[in-house]
Amino acid sequence: MKSAVIVFPASNCDRDAATALEQMTGTKTLMVWHQDSDLPEVDLVVLPGGFSYGDYLRCGAMANQSKIMGAIKAHAGRGGAVLGICNGFQVLTESGLLPGALMRNAGLKFICKQVGLSVEETQSAFTRKYDKGQTISLPVAHGEGNYYADDATLDRLEGDGRVMFRYQDNPNGSARNIAGILNEKRNVLGLMPHPERVVDPLTGGTDGRGLFQSLIETLS
Amino acid sequence: MTTGMKTVTPELVREHSLTPDEYGRIKKLLGREANFVELGVFSVMWSEHCSYKSTRAHLKKLPTKAAWVIQGPGENAGVIDIGDGDACIFKMESHNHPSFIEPYQGAATGVGGIMRDVFTMGARPIAMMNALRFGEPSHPKTRHLVSGVVSGIGGYGNCMGVPTVGGEVNFHKSYNGNILVNAMCVGLARTDKIFLSAAKGAGNPVVYIGSKTGRDGIHGATMASAEFDDASEEKRPTVQVGDPFTEKLLLEACLELMATDAIIAIQDMGAAGLTSSSAEMADKGGSGIELDLDKVPQRETGMTAYEMLLSESQERMLAVLKPGREDQARAIFEKWELDFAVIGFTTDTSRFVIKHGGAVVADIPVTALSDEAPIYERPYAKRAPVTGAPTFDKSKPVLASLEKILAAPDMASRRWVWEQYDNSVMNDTVQHPGGDAAVVRVHGTKKALAITTDVSPRYCRPDPFEGGKQAVAEAWRNLTAVGATPLAVTDNLNYGNPQKPEIMWEIVAGIDGIGEACRALDFPVIGGNCSLYNETNGEGILPTPAIGAVGLLKDVTRMATVAFKRQGDVVILIGETKGHLGQSIYLREIEGREEGAAPMVDLAVEKKNGDFVRGLIASGRVDTVHDVSDGGVLVSVAEMAMAGRIGASIGMAALPEAAPFWFGEDQARYVIAAPFAEAEKIVKEARAAEIFVAELGKTGGDALVLDDKDRVPLARLSAAHEGWFPRFMAGEEIPATN
Amino acid sequence: MKARVFVTLKNGVLDPQGKAIGHALNGLGFASVGEVRQGKVIDLELSETDTGKAKAALKDMCEKLLANTVIEKYEIELK
Repeated sequence: MKSAVIVFPASNCDRDAATALEQMTGTKTLMVWHQDSDLPEVDLVVLPGGFSYGDYLRCGAMANQSKIMGAIKAHAGRGGAVLGICNGFQVLTESGLLPGALMRNAGLKFICKQVGLSVEETQSAFTRKYDKGQTISLPVAHGEGNYYADDATLDRLEGDGRVMFRYQDNPNGSARNIAGILNEKRNVLGLMPHPERVVDPLTGGTDGRGLFQSLIETLS
Repeated sequence: MTTGMKTVTPELVREHSLTPDEYGRIKKLLGREANFVELGVFSVMWSEHCSYKSTRAHLKKLPTKAAWVIQGPGENAGVIDIGDGDACIFKMESHNHPSFIEPYQGAATGVGGIMRDVFTMGARPIAMMNALRFGEPSHPKTRHLVSGVVSGIGGYGNCMGVPTVGGEVNFHKSYNGNILVNAMCVGLARTDKIFLSAAKGAGNPVVYIGSKTGRDGIHGATMASAEFDDASEEKRPTVQVGDPFTEKLLLEACLELMATDAIIAIQDMGAAGLTSSSAEMADKGGSGIELDLDKVPQRETGMTAYEMLLSESQERMLAVLKPGREDQARAIFEKWELDFAVIGFTTDTSRFVIKHGGAVVADIPVTALSDEAPIYERPYAKRAPVTGAPTFDKSKPVLASLEKILAAPDMASRRWVWEQYDNSVMNDTVQHPGGDAAVVRVHGTKKALAITTDVSPRYCRPDPFEGGKQAVAEAWRNLTAVGATPLAVTDNLNYGNPQKPEIMWEIVAGIDGIGEACRALDFPVIGGNCSLYNETNGEGILPTPAIGAVGLLKDVTRMATVAFKRQGDVVILIGETKGHLGQSIYLREIEGREEGAAPMVDLAVEKKNGDFVRGLIASGRVDTVHDVSDGGVLVSVAEMAMAGRIGASIGMAALPEAAPFWFGEDQARYVIAAPFAEAEKIVKEARAAEIFVAELGKTGGDALVLDDKDRVPLARLSAAHEGWFPRFMAGEEIPATN
Repeated sequence: MKARVFVTLKNGVLDPQGKAIGHALNGLGFASVGEVRQGKVIDLELSETDTGKAKAALKDMCEKLLANTVIEKYEIELK
């Protein structure tokens, strides 16, 4: 599986994502600068966590205006896999690639902790190596991870089996405990928790590996 | 010299916090009257904050050398060798006064400043810590300050993508009007890629990089060197605003520039901004410097030379490049959308020359701003340490006292604080906040750094010397408890007004104590910061010499954590228990008194016990260790049980009285837990080495059981321990004063 | 021409910051304060002199960047 990580100004989990991908795939991950207008030939594009443009105005809003977004939309349109983690999820909702929006945490504070998630759906390139209903433990680290969408959208997401991860103990006020969702074509995943931080037993566990293994199995 | 500037009068000199004698000295050095711009320059360069004029004579006594020290005090940060060509660069610095005036921005810019100190030397920051001291919880401002400081630290550090991995939070009434915000940054570089600030050579371009200059924080450095009074509230507009987004770009751009060989010298613009960075670079390089302020990128119009020189706008750096490398550097900064301007050049005149509007507005010998700054041997009034062992009520039930202590403001879990900090970004945090020391892996290796900050200010007022020693010893113990070899120290000395002989004594004795401990433990001081005049309306803070320290784990898989890991492990206490209750948490929280002698640290015993414990961890025999500090042995055991969710059944091992045994704060002690067979060997070996050792009991169950009769469920202890902070911050209770 | 854009959360979207502000005001003794909603104010300077064109441009700016119309609504004021 060939992968690229997009680097926006003040992305800060870009290297973490690359490290995790390289560890899991054994191949080099390409770093793509936000001002590039073309993507290299890859199977997976990752929009990493961080504070692109300082999270000024709204998280992800200005990153969505960067040059590379056109190529990412085209990649997604062709059915290419896109993974948005944390700030990357925010960019994906701002861009319209995923529905809804991520608002300020209900507790109004940034929150960094390990949370329990249930894997809701395994019919996807991102989750097939997990068991349906499996509990995994992933860290969250965000100030604006409170997922919002109107009821009709939420019903549709649930009806289509596109709610992929749910919080077991909702840390941020997200609607229906949603932690991660898929787009309609099931090739774009956005989630607030950080799977790339849990691929090494020494630094928090290995529960994130399943996501990367699923992608490798599907896309290689 | 230009005209149209204010004439320097005695009033103006006073407003710049310079004494008439100091101004006399300035005139002598210049050979004439200073103009207004020059007065501003001298006032910041000769401020306590920049010149260390009250402490320099004493700081010289600290040990700063060891085989592994690459760079000691005097640069932006200290550097140590951690093997394999890797260097660790770290420093701790205060941002106390700005944080009291505007807690969010004060703390945020404190974090930004210390990160720049580290990355300006070529390091990528890999971990942050902070030592925070607030007024008593019931003081009307405390909650607001805690909330603002914590979100400011998080707001800046989280955006930078550097994990904040630990620190301290204390409450005491002496900080009611003067909180302490000490931030520490640890970075990694290669030993052959370390950047210094010496602007050597003449005719080299001086470049300005980062954010534009505005009127922020003018006279921050002099503010940090003056006592607060109620009128200080009006100083609010001078507080700088941090922009972590720009800093993140600046970090990446600087590291990219540093990967080339274009840089001769580089320094961040911190306190006293352009003035101190340029003067210090010229001074260290033995050169002169000439700057044209018209070329400085400016955010506001109509700024005067005085304002530009003294501005403390954040996220700016100054570099001296090799001639001809300007375009190469410019391209990097333009890529990161940062300002870049050549604003001057180095000279061979040894003078600090500033031009504005085509005219020279300041012309000062460089050494007048550095070596010639006054040094004061301020008088001090020695006072005998407080002595005596306090009385206590023997009838108090031990476990009820424990529960109360675990929920005391200074002892309760800090989870509410550190969950607001991203502590796992960069994917190398091996030990998160809540243990004895944080452990952060050196990326891509099996090595790791252990990091801690520590000081017990309540020991430092009754005995400033022992308190200084104890702060170092406890930091050393924290590192040892995770299995690391302690390597070096950065000190952040927070004291009151040094012009008061009784405060000056606290400073002198504190530094002596730190020096004695550092020498005995082979633990050199490689950098630091002094924050004096921490007083409000004439009342001094508790002496607070915060110690930040770093140690090395050669193999991160051989590491200890505090959590109990197995049922049936033997719980062992290493180190002698005499039952020292003077100045203890127990005395303060249970008896309501702050009395008696501070505990004494026997440094030879400290070293012996610590080396023994570290050996056990390094050989892979022990993975469960907690040092014994605030609150004594029972608090340590309870914390180990809560962290591992495994209870313990323990009994008194020595003293006849329960309270001093369980809650005494004797030093140089550790609690360890190990399986039976291993434990038997450890006890035997300790005895053979003449180290005090006692078996306290066994792990198991879901409660803490004392002497086979009294018990308290862990769930109950955890609820007490975890509950205080969130309840306090939610405003649900006004806690008792301390 | 100067313009001011107000961006606020749509009715029905929970505003935890507004709620916290209201709670704090009540705590300070402002008992008459009911619901509080907060938002942002963005001041812009435009070289455009035609009011109609300026309004159209501003609307476009709001739709494309200044507001996220999934959760936010906006108002434009020209001075």
